Amino acid sequence: MTINTSRRGFLKGAAAAGAVLLVGARPDGALAAASSEATQFNPFVKIDADGTVTAIVKHFEKGQGPATGLPTLIAEEIGLRMDQIEYGFAPSDPNVYNNLFFGPFQGTGGSTAMANSWLQYRQAGAAAREMLINAAAQSWGVDASGIAIEEGIVKAGDKSAPIAEFVAAAAQLDAPAEPRLKDPSEFRLIGNDSVRRKDSAIKGNGQAIYGMDLHLPNQMVAMIKRPESRGGIANGFDDSASKEVKGFISAAVLPNKAGVAVFAENTWAAIQARDALEVDWDMSDAETRNSDEIKAEIMAALDAEPTYNVNKADVAAVSAAIDEADKVIEKTFYFPLLAHAPMEPLNCTIEQTADGTIVLHDGAQMPTGPHMAYQQIFELPPEKIQIKTMLAGGSFGRRATPDADYQVEAALAFAVTDRSRPVKLVWTREDDIRSGYYRPAFGHKVRVGLDADGNIVGWQHQIAGQSVIKGTPFEAVLVHDGVDHSSVEGVADSPYAIPGMAVGLTDTPKATTVLWWRSVGHTHTAYTMETMMDVVAKAAGRDPVEFRLAHLSDPDNPDQARKAAVLRLAAEKAGWGNVPEGRSLGVAVHKSFGSYAAEVVEISGDPDSGIKIEKVTCAIDCGIAVNPDIVRAQMEGGIGYGIGHVMRDQITLTSGAVDQFNFPDYEPLRIGDIAAIDVHIVPSAEAPTGVGEPGTPPSAPALANAIKAMSGMHVAVLPMDENGITFV
Amino acid sequence: MALTLKLNGETHTVDAEPGTPLLWVIRDELKLTGTKFGCGVASCGACTVHLNGEPVRSCQTYIEDVEDAEITTIEAVGQDKIGAAVQQAWVELDVVQCGYCQSGQVMSAVGLLSENPKPSVEEIDSYMHGNACRCATYQRIRAGIQRASEILEA
Ligand code: FES
Ligand code: FES
Repeated sequence: MTINTSRRGFLKGAAAAGAVLLVGARPDGALAAASSEATQFNPFVKIDADGTVTAIVKHFEKGQGPATGLPTLIAEEIGLRMDQIEYGFAPSDPNVYNNLFFGPFQGTGGSTAMANSWLQYRQAGAAAREMLINAAAQSWGVDASGIAIEEGIVKAGDKSAPIAEFVAAAAQLDAPAEPRLKDPSEFRLIGNDSVRRKDSAIKGNGQAIYGMDLHLPNQMVAMIKRPESRGGIANGFDDSASKEVKGFISAAVLPNKAGVAVFAENTWAAIQARDALEVDWDMSDAETRNSDEIKAEIMAALDAEPTYNVNKADVAAVSAAIDEADKVIEKTFYFPLLAHAPMEPLNCTIEQTADGTIVLHDGAQMPTGPHMAYQQIFELPPEKIQIKTMLAGGSFGRRATPDADYQVEAALAFAVTDRSRPVKLVWTREDDIRSGYYRPAFGHKVRVGLDADGNIVGWQHQIAGQSVIKGTPFEAVLVHDGVDHSSVEGVADSPYAIPGMAVGLTDTPKATTVLWWRSVGHTHTAYTMETMMDVVAKAAGRDPVEFRLAHLSDPDNPDQARKAAVLRLAAEKAGWGNVPEGRSLGVAVHKSFGSYAAEVVEISGDPDSGIKIEKVTCAIDCGIAVNPDIVRAQMEGGIGYGIGHVMRDQITLTSGAVDQFNFPDYEPLRIGDIAAIDVHIVPSAEAPTGVGEPGTPPSAPALANAIKAMSGMHVAVLPMDENGITFV
Repeated sequence: MALTLKLNGETHTVDAEPGTPLLWVIRDELKLTGTKFGCGVASCGACTVHLNGEPVRSCQTYIEDVEDAEITTIEAVGQDKIGAAVQQAWVELDVVQCGYCQSGQVMSAVGLLSENPKPSVEEIDSYMHGNACRCATYQRIRAGIQRASEILEA
């Protein structure tokens, strides 16, 4: 796929008068540079004639930090202060702005934004630096080796000039094939705790513009009336009551009959007109099950022979070893459906320009998804579709649907109009909670055998739930031998040295629409592994930290060494072994998305009258922490997200319809729920790995382990309040 | 029907039916989009504005009830000393993540500091309870309010 006009569209308007230096990559990955927009590549960095430097950020910003992190890489390599670099979001182009870990696909996910950009953006910055320096060398008649750029000033001996002076000359040079990257000892910005977010001010003063805030001239607001239960079909509607609403424009059944689009002059009119609309639904193919039935199906699957022997274990031998063990511990776990509920309800806006180009304005997490879908829906070549990425008010996975659900919905709504007016699709919170995509419900059943000395002799682990990957375009890449790796990640690939491990998986039938949710399979696998480790340690009469370390002790296994190091650090910082009076501690450690996180939760109170979460201590090894404060923020947020949901949240279904409707019954974590979070970063020279998700997996099991330490109760069915536990 | 609103020190005439939430007049009519829509049912605080200096949820405040009030939104709250201190603290501590809840957080924080210049942690937690942050920036919100209190004291 080649998309050229979107690049030109992006650069238009941005190009200041005079020469511009653009440094980026060709589709084959080779570095390229040019002096104007009439080029055959897309830039990662743009330097205007006046010296204004802009980083072209290929990942969307939902709070996780790429609008700060990627400019940091470029500023570091060129030699700029952070206030000397701006950022803009890249247009949609899967050949150049692709996630290097995803193939020819542009998208943000799996905590990879920094990890996949780390060398790419530094190379672009380094190439720009070398070109500016070579231009200065020619102009000053000095050797390039004696020239450096510091804080935006090119310097050689007693000569100095701002980079602006050399932009035009540098733009005439070829991009170096392999520019020299700075040695970590030269870093001034990477790893610097004083580098602030670039988007803080606009988000604190109301100036930040999210998709929801777009007001294109003459736009209509569209809302979709959807069936109570998934799979209902709209046969027709009566809009006579909607017509009473001032600002109502029209209603139309979507071409796929999945709902009825209601168009209005503004959001409030759309809300009212949609409420007033009567739809004739055909519910004969709609989902009718209750969540209890879905749960029973998952639990039954755990008791049957699993479909997949995930790690090709000798199951009979493992089972026999457990049968003959001195002690056998068996636990069954259930994890409910969960909604993502990002703070900004879903929305996006479509317009058609005079030349027939379709423009999508969206907090686009995976631009390539809607880009491909729109080619089919509008029967247009890729270059006639543009995606303008806007700030996103959170996602937690929700904005990354493989079927581009809400962007397709917007396109279908737009397609039933005469396309003369832009259409802004708006979801309400009720739409988000009731018509969403969910973290699938999962069950685990674990049987562990211990010998007389408390050593594990067998660990039989069955997992059952609905695959998030099967049936999507990602199946070809992410499903191997029938196993959706995201259903078993965190168990099948656990760094623990566990003898006699057998992992079985059964996919349960489609219950509802499901989707990755911050940390994907690790949301349930970490909980199961880490609460089991505590139960098993107790049965073996061992300390939970020491017991884990004993299974992470292979000196030749860096995976174990890094996991052990964060565990030791978190335990030390949390005062493990020195529990204050009236407090209980629980620990968990987990590897996900290439990073290692250990967390200790400290609680007071008791389960009946109320547990208070006093403190969460976290240690994270994410390789080089490009921006330590953003790493800490992501840990704080990841911990809150994990704990908030296990305390009291679940999505349940009655006759296929979601029972919850809005925040009052899908209660978010509140400010008083966690009294303090203390994050420690393990110093590292390794390349950066993920931070958006790895904070989440250990948080819930660490809380569960603290509750068990306090009361002896092992919470294996979530959410916790289903077990009579209250929090204060 | 035509209504007159006093918002951010200016008088606006808007065309809106009784029963219209103030939120939608601010966002869709006046195009001041700093005030956010998060839930519509007074349970997230993203839509918080000040009515005569008091924080209210604009999604559950009806337009006909505010004709005589002085309304302040996030766009203007920084003109006041407390608003400016809160915004400065928010930047110093990089409180925000996605940022979508933060207009509401700032408006509530200003409301708190206006009536209680040196709130305790318990007072902060209780006052800010209704402002949800799905990114869970709460620890920094707490620290931000304490920092703003320090700035104001200086
Ligand atoms: S939008 Fe008003 S409280 Fe949530
Ligand atoms: S910063 Fe994202 S919801 Fe608060």
